[in-house]
Amino acid sequence: MSIRLEDVSFAAGNSLIVNGVSLTVQTGKVLGLLGPNGSGKSSLLRLICRLRKVRSGIIRLGESDVTTLARSDLARRIAFVEQQATTETQLTARDVVRLGRTPHRGVLSPLGVKDDAAVDEALSRVGMEGRATQLWQTLSGGERQRVHIARALAQSPAELLLDEPTNHLDIQHQLEILGLISRLGVTCVIALHDLNLAAMFCDQLAVLQQGSVVAIGTPQHVLTRDLIGDVFGVQAHVETSPIHGRCNIQYIIA
Amino acid sequence: MSGAVLKQQQWWAHAALVIAAFSLLALMIGLAVSIGEISIPLATTAKAVSNRLFGSVFELSRIHQGIIWDYRLSRALVAASAGASLALSGAVLQALLRNPLAEPYVLGVSAGASTGAVCVMLLGFGYGVLSLSGGAFIGAVVAFLLVAFLAAGAGGSSERIILCGVAGSQLFNAVTSYIVTTSANAEQARGVMFWLLGSLSGVRWPDVYLVVPVTMFGFAVSLFHVRSLDAFVFGTDAAASLGIAVRRVQVVLLGTTALMTATVVSMVGAIGFVGLVIPHAARFLVGARHDRLLPATMFGGGIFLIGADIISRIIIPQQVLPIGVVTALFGTPAFAVILYRARRTA
Repeated sequence: MSIRLEDVSFAAGNSLIVNGVSLTVQTGKVLGLLGPNGSGKSSLLRLICRLRKVRSGIIRLGESDVTTLARSDLARRIAFVEQQATTETQLTARDVVRLGRTPHRGVLSPLGVKDDAAVDEALSRVGMEGRATQLWQTLSGGERQRVHIARALAQSPAELLLDEPTNHLDIQHQLEILGLISRLGVTCVIALHDLNLAAMFCDQLAVLQQGSVVAIGTPQHVLTRDLIGDVFGVQAHVETSPIHGRCNIQYIIA
Repeated sequence: MSGAVLKQQQWWAHAALVIAAFSLLALMIGLAVSIGEISIPLATTAKAVSNRLFGSVFELSRIHQGIIWDYRLSRALVAASAGASLALSGAVLQALLRNPLAEPYVLGVSAGASTGAVCVMLLGFGYGVLSLSGGAFIGAVVAFLLVAFLAAGAGGSSERIILCGVAGSQLFNAVTSYIVTTSANAEQARGVMFWLLGSLSGVRWPDVYLVVPVTMFGFAVSLFHVRSLDAFVFGTDAAASLGIAVRRVQVVLLGTTALMTATVVSMVGAIGFVGLVIPHAARFLVGARHDRLLPATMFGGGIFLIGADIISRIIIPQQVLPIGVVTALFGTPAFAVILYRARRTA
């Protein structure tokens, strides 16, 4: 068991944003988080890596409760790719990936041979080794997202959390990024909007509605006509794709 | 293997740069001591310093010895430390608050220092107990605490901190103006204005003994946090997910910059421009990584302010310009050139 949430709730002010969520993610599997805007996907990801504090409930990584881990221990274990994080500072792609080594380095220790190797490996895993010296500002949206994933991989995490990593990307880059993530072999939790892409690339899906999990399981099990109607308020026709054998959803406009 | 060789070469290149920077700083201090209404050869300066520090017995006129040791050398050292502190604070704040306009005075520190100084000078608060700089220091700390309190209440995001700093500055500037308008005679008002624009005229050795250690302390604390400063580049959540204890780092670094700024402002008044521009110039030269940026900024700030001080003393015969006027008049065109070139290469 890689990630386990037990009855987790979170509130901002008086509004309950995550409400009694329990779920588990097996080691090496990809869990997709689905749900309408404001259903608590981003908050749930931030709770798992302790960027926000739970109001109640327990989150475990492996055997450890996240609240018992030191910040830097946590960062060596779990990495988080935010939605569209950008900067005005002039940095190269390599500089950004190097940030991923932060939790592995001492206060003043220079970048060691091991760190360099991890940075090189991360860059090549996302296919950006040829662009390492390019400035952040000159990279396209898809390239920036790949650099962020490389930065996360340079942390050598056991678990990787991604918040809508394909947002604002064209379809080629969406497929490329999700394909890359599903082949990493790292336990992943991804917040996604596109149901067809979620069905194609995730091992498990969890659907959130107003902060609660309303369905969890394999894509075939979760993505039914009734659930899509209930949660997203749209009519859909669901079939098994003859091309890739996963669910294929077509929307019906009334 | 080639990686190790490359690392060693880089190390030597860095060592050479640091030595060059120290030499340039020493040269600027030498020039600052030599240049003035009475010009003194560099060799005489070296002899005077050697007489005091190493007990050598070169024959020197007592006037020269006095000018060098009691006036110009202390002044140059304070200028170097003040420039270094302000520039370093600017670099740290720009990284921490992720805002290229952040600078030491955005925390309201200089406005508070002015109010504190004016309270002592014109209203006679703590008369006999508090010196002008003591009042300025207390004013600076009070202003910083007020801004920090406002910012914490407003949620502590970087935009909020800057907005609270702007609000705090406006408040303290208004209080200063109110006191000056209602209480000062013409001569006092002139004195206050001179102080508000920055002046190195009054500094002596006790100031050196305070500002040099504070600058060194600030540099050490900042250097200790280079990884954290780098990690803030994509925001506080990104920094936290890289293992940075965001709140603690913010408190420590904001407190350190406030200490450096309050010390400098209470000594030499509000010298604008250095904290804003030197970090940008340094970033243009050595890049955005803080392990290089912080030393470059510190040396750059020190060298720049010594140069500005020399200019302020010689540009108009028989008169010393407020140093804040010089930093802005000469710094702005230089900064415009840097921005323009950066735009072309980007």
